[in-house]
Amino acid sequence: MEARPVIEVEDLRKRYRLGVVGGATLSDDLSRFWARLRGLPDPLVPIGTEVDDQRVGEEFWALRGINFHVRQGETVGIIGRNGAGKSTLLKLLSRVTTPTGGVIRVKGRMASLLEVGTGFNPELTGRENIYLNGAILGMRRAEIDHKLEEIIAFSGIRHHIDTPTKRYSSGMKVRLGFAVAAHLEPEILVVDEVLAVGDAEFQKKCLGKMKDVAGSGRTILFVSHNMTAVQSLCQRAIWLHAGQVRMDGPADEVVRAYLGAHATDRADVSWEGQADAPGDEVVQLLYAAVHPAEGGHIIDRRTPFFVEVGFRTKEIPDGDLNIGIHVYNEQDVLAFASSWREADRTEGAIAAGDHVLRCEVPAPLLNEGMYRVTINVFRTARMRFQVEEALGFEVHPGEREGAWFGRKKGVFRPLLKWQLDPRDA
Amino acid sequence: MHAARPSDLEEWDVIIRPDGPWWRLDLKELWHYRDLLVLLVKRDITAQYKQTLLGPLWHVVQPLTTTFTFALIFGKAAGLAPPGIPSVLFYMSGIVAWNFFAGVVTRTSKTFTGNTQLMSKVYFPRLVVPMSMTASTLVGYGIQLATLIVFMLIYVLRGMPWQPGPELAALPLLVLIMALLGLGTGILVSAMTTKYRDLGFLVGFGVQLLMYASPVIFPLSRLQNYPVLLRVFELNPMTPVIEATRVVFFGGALPWAGLAYATGAALVISLLGLVFFHRVERSFADIV
Repeated sequence: MEARPVIEVEDLRKRYRLGVVGGATLSDDLSRFWARLRGLPDPLVPIGTEVDDQRVGEEFWALRGINFHVRQGETVGIIGRNGAGKSTLLKLLSRVTTPTGGVIRVKGRMASLLEVGTGFNPELTGRENIYLNGAILGMRRAEIDHKLEEIIAFSGIRHHIDTPTKRYSSGMKVRLGFAVAAHLEPEILVVDEVLAVGDAEFQKKCLGKMKDVAGSGRTILFVSHNMTAVQSLCQRAIWLHAGQVRMDGPADEVVRAYLGAHATDRADVSWEGQADAPGDEVVQLLYAAVHPAEGGHIIDRRTPFFVEVGFRTKEIPDGDLNIGIHVYNEQDVLAFASSWREADRTEGAIAAGDHVLRCEVPAPLLNEGMYRVTINVFRTARMRFQVEEALGFEVHPGEREGAWFGRKKGVFRPLLKWQLDPRDA
Repeated sequence: MHAARPSDLEEWDVIIRPDGPWWRLDLKELWHYRDLLVLLVKRDITAQYKQTLLGPLWHVVQPLTTTFTFALIFGKAAGLAPPGIPSVLFYMSGIVAWNFFAGVVTRTSKTFTGNTQLMSKVYFPRLVVPMSMTASTLVGYGIQLATLIVFMLIYVLRGMPWQPGPELAALPLLVLIMALLGLGTGILVSAMTTKYRDLGFLVGFGVQLLMYASPVIFPLSRLQNYPVLLRVFELNPMTPVIEATRVVFFGGALPWAGLAYATGAALVISLLGLVFFHRVERSFADIV
């Protein structure tokens, strides 16, 4: 017999009103109210407001009818790109805000680790804040008394436990916050990206704690960009896309599909012979590609690689042409931008014909992960055209360091020179 | 098979839906969070005085200075204080009561705007916050009340006739009315400030103005020849409470009709406050 569902989400919808509430004044509201009373349309919505599939007037549907059940003891990963609705779903689950439509049913105590350490008062000591934070999360005093020792031990900051938290580093706050929340022993634990903070040692501890929780028959919802962690922690994953469930199934399958859809297989793209090839009256792109500098297909952290752009051009007598790339990681952070003319200022005519422009990205530089490349073409100091997300590639982890299976933080993972000297040398 | 369908109502602990009731006061939930309330009160009190020299003495300094200023200007110079009671005691009793009400209003009116960070991240019954603020203001009131009693004893030792009457028993009722009035007004304002920030500025000013429509500065009996003004004063639910506070300490007849009006006003305002507060608490995270 299957375990009973502990979370039921049915046709969950959430609408945000863009700009309506924020700038309201009393007189705006009065006129709106008056219009509604008389059955007239809202006088304040601009005429001819653009309507596309997600924006209707001034509304934005963050969730557009989500359905899923989670059974007791399941560990479910929730994945999706920024803006797919993950954080809205979390906010609804943790009752910070209310849905526009649909219903969520929950059985058992649910605790969310939405931004651990929320509610620390900087003037109070670590110990006092444990009590305050625990109480905010719904713990009773006796419960906290009982677990205080364990919480302090887990946080690893016993030395500073009686220091006001305003003197803590952000890392220490996170440790303490996670320690409190992890010891809450909820039946359902909602974890959001805690792994993005703290050092590897502490992350390991957190994941270990989460596995304990999962092992003891409790339920975990794990929201993360860290696919490795999702695959290793969760049996099941739900992929949200544009406010809807795109896929729901075994974690490995869903993660593979998700990664596939996000640009791994676009290491090269060709526009040759296409009528709609990106370009203007002078320059036309023929192809673009990312490939390891020394051949092969796999790029790992230690592989230098080329970003290559093939283009056809008319003669440009003054050589006024620039092509640049923007490289984004999977969190939509611009990892770096670079352009040809930054490095090569030689002026001289560019002959008509086909050319290949190659940018070498050294290694080790980028951290492991998925990246997307946008290509920009400039002439006469203006951007002429742009190919958004023209390419996608993955930087594989390569050899692992230590037992840590997760991902190190940061956009970059360069190997830097370190040196130890005696002080008064 | 499905002997007990899980969708049976009692099978779920929490059901989250868009259309909540327009009025809600979940006492059971509040009771569960009582430790949070206590901790918030402690946090309020300790955080307030860390890194101050005088600490809780500030509770005494402020009303004392005001009292002496009022006694000097309104009592001595303008001659507004009534005969029979030392004007220091007259003003102190009014100021202490008014401070409590004003303190509760101004502090609880910042419930949402002052806790944005916390409230947009974690769920807990929001009402715990203004309730804890009321309680921590009550602590300050206690200290001020003690100061008043000390001053009374000084006057009694110096020969002021005084005998505690049965009216003293009405004091808890007065505190309750003031707390409800302050809390109700405060949460009403706090609910509205999430949308109209201007109200935040108005509160301090408004509360100050309201004091001049209360018998803090002179007794209501002074207005006998000004019926219109008297009406205005009587509309202020704090008026009978302050008059009654003085009766409690200095004797006289308790204004029962006025107190009944104040109680009614406190209940109506609190109810109204709850309705608006509840509405805002559901949508608050989307507005900020």
